[in-house]
Amino acid sequence: MKFDFRSTAQMLRFDEKADRVVPPTGFTARLTLFSAFAMAFLAVFALALSMAAGRVAERWGEELAQSSTLRISAPAGEVAAQTDAALRVLRTTPGIIDARALTLEEQRALLAPWFGDDLPIDDLPLPQLIDISETEDGFDAAGLRLRLAAEAPGAVLDDHARWRQPLIEAATRLRVLGWASILLITAATAAMVTLAANAALAANAQVIAVLRLVGAKDTYIASAFVRRFALRALTGGAFGTLTGIIALFVIPSSSDAAGFLTGLTIQGVGWVWVVLIPPLTGLVALIATRFAAGRVLEELA
Amino acid sequence: MCCLGRIETGTMLRHNSAERGGRGKTTVIELENVAYSYGGGELLTDITLTVQPGSFHFLTGPSGSGKTTFLKLCYGALQATSGHVRLFNRDVRGLGRDDVAVLRRKVGVVHQDCQFLDHLPVEENVALPLAVSGQDAGGDDANLKELLAWVGLTARADALPPELSGGERQRAALARAVIMSPEVILADEPTGNIDWEMSQRLLTLLVELNRMGKTILVATHDLGLIRAAKAQVQTRVLRISNRRLQTAGADL
Ligand SMILES: Nc1ncnc2c1ncn2[C@@H]1O[C@H](COP(=O)(O)OP(=O)(O)OP(=O)(O)O)[C@@H](O)[C@H]1O
Ligand SMILES: [Mg+2]
Repeated sequence: MKFDFRSTAQMLRFDEKADRVVPPTGFTARLTLFSAFAMAFLAVFALALSMAAGRVAERWGEELAQSSTLRISAPAGEVAAQTDAALRVLRTTPGIIDARALTLEEQRALLAPWFGDDLPIDDLPLPQLIDISETEDGFDAAGLRLRLAAEAPGAVLDDHARWRQPLIEAATRLRVLGWASILLITAATAAMVTLAANAALAANAQVIAVLRLVGAKDTYIASAFVRRFALRALTGGAFGTLTGIIALFVIPSSSDAAGFLTGLTIQGVGWVWVVLIPPLTGLVALIATRFAAGRVLEELA
Repeated sequence: MCCLGRIETGTMLRHNSAERGGRGKTTVIELENVAYSYGGGELLTDITLTVQPGSFHFLTGPSGSGKTTFLKLCYGALQATSGHVRLFNRDVRGLGRDDVAVLRRKVGVVHQDCQFLDHLPVEENVALPLAVSGQDAGGDDANLKELLAWVGLTARADALPPELSGGERQRAALARAVIMSPEVILADEPTGNIDWEMSQRLLTLLVELNRMGKTILVATHDLGLIRAAKAQVQTRVLRISNRRLQTAGADL
């Protein structure tokens, strides 16, 4: 059956009389309402998951991409010389904005969380750390390593790439999974509404026959069902979405540091998507019922 | 209760087609060499009939001879196996479902089993053809009331169809059949399960419609009904026997 948008749009016109020609059906009504509720609820979570994953991937990408660290581990006497040499190399490397050796105080601050404030840092053979800020495009890490090996043999370049890439990939994939879930939820909603609509249409074969006897066109008959199911899905979807949002707020949100799990929130434009869930549920039900009605009316002809 | 001679009834049927003079070339129903068969064999064969506007026909024949089938062929619910069926000069073969729906609004059908929507009150069932054709204006209420009064169902307007007696169902079905002011009324055993007095009332309603210019075709095996009709109006009696259509003799 071809999908006719104009006639489908007409079907949504409020028509109390036309809605009455189909007797109220408790079972399919509850089934649709419940499916729409459950699916909208799940959609809120899938959406939140997807958006949280997206945010994490973005933040990690940004934070990590633009800083790297150089570590100089050398015998005590050579550290200063190698540091100077490494700084010279770094400052002449394209893609690096700035390179700066951390002061002893800064290194102490970095270690404090692990070893406490009273660490006798001066007595330890600590490596010297050099903080590198890079341009957005970054630098050629392999080339830099080669040059450093010649000038400062104790230098180890840690460009985070080794461990940041898989994390970002994981987050990106999680986002894709979130969207895939939303697609699956949509398909499942359509499937369940189709089943419910089919049941309702089959149960009302007699009503359909009478309507045809008195000259009802298929569009008229279909619309009575379409409106009903779209409305139920809209209602169920609205409640499901609302419940989902409440559930999201119940998850304790803590600082950024707690990271991903507590980041399961809806932010900014994300709300647009959330607000769209109920009408989209209704739309899915509308289209599903439209097709189901078309098929059944064809069969009953 | 039944309103024989109530002239106002004419106003209720929207475009009163009393222009009997204008019959001219349009025929209401035309069957040409029609045959109908189904899995069990041929039920009707070689049927040719022209129904003129304003005429009153009876269709008789033994049970199972194909009267209902004949009527269904006439209003497009069944397709002839061969031959042509024309309604208002339109061949019903090859009509889409929407076209058939529109045709049914011009042909009032009183079905043998008077099917209703059992969850809606009589009043809404009678008005159903208006509703499904999008003509359900609030202003029609007066007409609806008048029509219910005409068939004597005013007091039963709010009853549900399953609560009606056989005769009340038949009259409700007749009211539903004429609410669109159709040119043709096809009635299948309209007096099937009602007593003599009630069938007289129903006949009176049909005769009244015929006097207003409507074309009437009634399938029945109630010979008493046919005799009673002959006393009031000019009718033609057709009989299906041996799968063929015959004009019944003067014995009726
Ligand atoms: N499509 C079909 N499939 C099977 N049987 C059919 C079909 N159409 C008609 N019949 C049979 O043809 C016969 C005639 O049916 P129909 O209802 O037209 O008779 P009728 O004259 O109206 O009978 P009654 O007076 O009892 O109402 C019946 O036996 C019916 O079962
Ligand atoms: Mg019959």
